Amino acid sequence: MQCEHCGEREACVEVTRVVNGSATKLQLCEQCAKEQGISVSGPIALSDVLLGFGAKQEPSVQDSAGLACPRCGMKQDDFRRTGRLGCPACYEAFEAELKSLLEAMHRGLRHVGKRPVRESAPTATEYAVPALRKELDAAVAAEDFEEAARVRDLIQDAEIERRGDDDH
Amino acid sequence: MIIEKLLHSQGAWLAGDAGHGAVISTRVRLARNLADTPFPGWAQEPVRQAVWDRVHPVVAALDGMQDAFLLAMNALDEVDKRVLCERHLISLELAERADGCGVVARRDETVSVMINEEDHLRLQTIRPGNALPAAWRELDALDSELGRQLPYAFSARLGYLTACPSNVGTGLRASAMLHLPGLTLMNEMEPIVRGLGKIGLTVRGVAGEGTEACGNLFQVSNQMTLGEREQGIVKRLDRIVTEIEDHESNARARLLEKRERIVYDYVGRAYGVLRHAEVLSSKEALYLLSGLRLGLELGVVDKLDLMVLNQLMLLMQPGHLQRVAGKRLAPEERDELRAETVRRRLRGAALLR
Repeated sequence: MQCEHCGEREACVEVTRVVNGSATKLQLCEQCAKEQGISVSGPIALSDVLLGFGAKQEPSVQDSAGLACPRCGMKQDDFRRTGRLGCPACYEAFEAELKSLLEAMHRGLRHVGKRPVRESAPTATEYAVPALRKELDAAVAAEDFEEAARVRDLIQDAEIERRGDDDH
Repeated sequence: MIIEKLLHSQGAWLAGDAGHGAVISTRVRLARNLADTPFPGWAQEPVRQAVWDRVHPVVAALDGMQDAFLLAMNALDEVDKRVLCERHLISLELAERADGCGVVARRDETVSVMINEEDHLRLQTIRPGNALPAAWRELDALDSELGRQLPYAFSARLGYLTACPSNVGTGLRASAMLHLPGLTLMNEMEPIVRGLGKIGLTVRGVAGEGTEACGNLFQVSNQMTLGEREQGIVKRLDRIVTEIEDHESNARARLLEKRERIVYDYVGRAYGVLRHAEVLSSKEALYLLSGLRLGLELGVVDKLDLMVLNQLMLLMQPGHLQRVAGKRLAPEERDELRAETVRRRLRGAALLR
């Protein structure tokens, strides 16, 4: 694949750039990546790739850099600098910025795995299905059929699991 | 004292002979944090200390951890920390930390729990050979037990909350260390690395973060932790690892058919240099030990126990060399001691060609 910046050389790095909460992917060659201030040879800091690249130069409409987590005091700027969150509550505080980041990094935006024993109040299945149905409706309404198909599969999984549980 | 004892044991991921063939070892880890508590990297020192005080007795009392040892980072010197890193009991990141940080590890080194690394808890199981499902089952049980006793930071939507968003959800990273001289010599690694990237798996060199592979060793791991069940992640990686294993034996068969001379030349040179060199850098040693391992597996190296080879993989590393020598060594001194260690251990080995 060719570099999307110079259009000449072979691309060797994929850069995910997050600006004002939306993520775009770019394929770059080594030279263009370097010019953008991304080190290709050394270990790349996650924050460089996901947050820093290019984001600073662009005027942001709603500057959220001053946003802080009410629980631990970490500022959005601190997170951008280190790539690490301050405490569990930061996930809520920086929800908007994290959403696109998580979208770019992961297979989905919803945890479908294990739950801690202490969290047993609603079982995974009881909790999941009604919430997933709402998500399915929302995805269909938004005509995001890829997401809708993914959520539909999750509902089917959950229902199979529930039937399995009833057998015991 | 504990470190001294470790030197005389094999290291879980290199123990036994389960690790013959392409899969040297498999490892699974979980990232966990305490609810309502700042993550270690952001927490003030007293908070970190409180987490340590609260967590380490609980971990040490877990089923199967009764004979575990506890090491606080602030009580260890640089060489000891390095030995632990080389044995995969702690990470480089933990080694750089001090107060309130440490590790609880089982004496057989198959289970270790790092406290106050990037997350409050990093639980790992490591096994020789291709044993991902078993490693996961063991870790799953340990984590469930711990989750009964400690309040984990968990959100119904995002799962286990971690300091880095790249681990959120399951907090699970499963990986396999693969020895792939056949695919490397056939120049077939590049498309495989690219293909694995497309399905969300990462390939790294054995030393971790850097991309360059050393000694034909590659580490394959999952990248995504959110949106997929633990069993799914483990199963998928397990399937891929088995596939790569098949590709590797296939590549070795083709190599012997088409480029026999190149293979035996590599093995022969490895044998010759390792038996007689006076100076060996770790990179060169790793490359040559890979050749010797290949020779052993192809049946052209004899009178050498795979265990000896595995042991050398540990003993030739800088931390282990210095710990055995009992003093700090300059890189040139290490290269000499490394060559001597290798020569001594390979004394009986024979080349059947």
